[in-house]
Amino acid sequence: MPYELSHLRALEAESIHIIREVAAEFERPVLLFSGGKDSVVMLRLAEKAFWPARLPFAVMHVDTGHNFPEVMAFRDARVAELGARLVVASVQKSIDEGRVVEESGPRASRNRLQTVTLLDAITEHGFDAVFGGARRDEEKARAKERVFSFRDEFGQWDPKNQRPELWSLYNGRHRKGEHIRVFPISNWTELDIWQYIADEGMAIPDLYYAHHREVFRRDGMLLAVTEFVTVMDGEEPFDALVRFRTVGDASCTGAVESSAATVDDVITEIAATRITERGATRADDRISEAGMEDRKREGYF
Amino acid sequence: MELLRFATAGSVDDGKSTLIGRLLYDSKAIFEDQLEAVERTSRARGDEYTDLALLTDGLRAEREQGITIDVAYRYFATPKRKFIIADTPGHIQYTRNMVTGASTADLALILIDARKGVLEQSRRHSFLSSLLGIPHLVLCVNKMDLVDYDEAVFESIKAEFRDFAMKLDVHDLTFVPMSALHGDNVVHRSPNMPWYEGASLLHHLEEVHIASDRNLIDARFPVQYVIRPQNQTGPYHDYRGYAGTMAGGVLKPGDEVVVLPSGFESTIRSIDTYDGPVDEAFAPMSVTITLSDDIDVSRGDMISRPHNRPHSSQDIDATVCWMTELSSLRPNARYVLKHTTRTVKAVVRALQYRLDVNTLHRDEDASELRLNEIGRVTLRTQLPLFFDEYRRNRDTGSFVLVDEANNNTVAAGMILSPAQ
Ligand SMILES: Nc1nc2c(ncn2[C@@H]2O[C@H](COP(=O)(O)OP(=O)(O)O)[C@@H](O)[C@H]2O)c(=O)[nH]1
Repeated sequence: MPYELSHLRALEAESIHIIREVAAEFERPVLLFSGGKDSVVMLRLAEKAFWPARLPFAVMHVDTGHNFPEVMAFRDARVAELGARLVVASVQKSIDEGRVVEESGPRASRNRLQTVTLLDAITEHGFDAVFGGARRDEEKARAKERVFSFRDEFGQWDPKNQRPELWSLYNGRHRKGEHIRVFPISNWTELDIWQYIADEGMAIPDLYYAHHREVFRRDGMLLAVTEFVTVMDGEEPFDALVRFRTVGDASCTGAVESSAATVDDVITEIAATRITERGATRADDRISEAGMEDRKREGYF
Repeated sequence: MELLRFATAGSVDDGKSTLIGRLLYDSKAIFEDQLEAVERTSRARGDEYTDLALLTDGLRAEREQGITIDVAYRYFATPKRKFIIADTPGHIQYTRNMVTGASTADLALILIDARKGVLEQSRRHSFLSSLLGIPHLVLCVNKMDLVDYDEAVFESIKAEFRDFAMKLDVHDLTFVPMSALHGDNVVHRSPNMPWYEGASLLHHLEEVHIASDRNLIDARFPVQYVIRPQNQTGPYHDYRGYAGTMAGGVLKPGDEVVVLPSGFESTIRSIDTYDGPVDEAFAPMSVTITLSDDIDVSRGDMISRPHNRPHSSQDIDATVCWMTELSSLRPNARYVLKHTTRTVKAVVRALQYRLDVNTLHRDEDASELRLNEIGRVTLRTQLPLFFDEYRRNRDTGSFVLVDEANNNTVAAGMILSPAQ
């Protein structure tokens, strides 16, 4: 068919349009980059948007300190390859400075603490637009969030008071101290992300593919044995062939048993899978049905 | 695989959420953990069955009130197409949301309860769909199970609706009798309605021809961003490219073009992307154009063909929908207007009339437009806009108004013509 774009190329074009709007209209944008697959795709789209020039903004990692080493290595290699400027906002530093209090107990996670670190970094650097790799298919509260999502001076989101967003006209106007979260891949699904990774032949951290790892079962999930979690009585570590569907804080990101060793295997697996990536692998998101909405209001990603 | 964006509208309880829930469920876009959460909620509320509608109720406030209050986006795919649903509520006070969801839709689904027939709200939803230039309309006559799958009921609704639709600018109108609850004619044709010879809803969504909806005639390229690598050396050190998204027509290397507002003419040297140069660009591709001549081009400029230019004017007639309860649109009020990649100041010269979205009556004595009201206005902008009639091009014919006092988006506008 002449003059037809495939759905991936249409999504790509939309994302690039959004990213360029931000570069044109904001003074200090920053792109959140964790090394997770969604942010890897978002970063690639940003690279495409400005080629052959470099990224006209910095890249920021909100670092919980509970990292998978292979993801950190990937992050640094990618940033170096792009010649981008990396800002690391450290949750450990927020704890050391008394901005937040570390949760205690074997189920402690730093996931929620990230919000404070993120908001502090936004204020400190004066960022007025923050690109996030969230997708609307991830979760019900996200399904309603705008592509340009306004945050007040406290970094908070008011879901009942969102600006209407029409056509491809995005309103990024804000006062000093307020900022806009921008979600260029809002309309992508998990499957779109994987198909794009395949299409583009993109590298992503190895732990998205099947590998052997020492894990234990908790709340129906498989958690990796790392220095960041305390294995409790009755939780028996064992070796399993697993992969991760999302990559976040190592203390609360679960693995799934899988033999999908290549991107095509993963696509086949996802096309057939019956559990959402958050449901399968994010202990923190399972707290309550309204969990994400509450967290987002506070200023979370 | 192509992308189809559609909007849904229906009055409360017509079965919109049930229908969407079923499309997602039957196309396997619903996961077990989501289904379990819904089953739990359904059980806790004492429902007799699992309420698939709960799948699409997003925010806590809405869950508590048990209604959908804002636009939410849903995704599903079949082997033929990927679909994006803009799920918009149909209450009278929420014209704003329907307009928002409809702005990017290729197709609108309008639900009607077979027992109730064509209501004022169905008319309003259809009118808004046509106003927003949605090329394809599908009227879903739902709850056919409650009228014994009676063909006569369906035919009479169809006839009544057709009569009304003649007054609207609707090019493609399809009717599907269905039961969202039982799944009749949603994914598969239903044995309960052998008299119906059309396609199931999903089949129609997969097959409806949308490629020719785009404007491939009028080449329009609003310049979004100027790309100038800062490298001192290397192949791109004096590169200067104009990045943007095609908003109509087709452009090719070698094409003669004119840049507005300067009026300078040049030819396209190359159309670049990260993945290499392309032979042609068309909507909605995001590309970077380089020109053969060194002329001054910046964000907000429009590249088109010398013999097919958009209108250029500071005075425009437009239909606007007012979207806030905090203020109203009044003559002489000033706003910031966003159109393509241009942002200019604008003043309302005149409010010509307010339109009653139910009767289509024009009230020429109206002195203001309030939340969810639609009317025709004349605007004067500080700098010229380069535009087409909205009917001809949704990208170059649309704008939003922003209130400078609070930075809110307060109106959606569709350009009718340059003002007389
Ligand atoms: N009998 C019957 N009931 C339906 C059908 N579709 C929806 N319903 C019921 O109508 C009520 C309202 O449906 P819902 O999807 O919540 O409507 P919405 O307000 O348009 O989203 C619920 O009790 C549904 O179970 C149908 O095709 N047949």
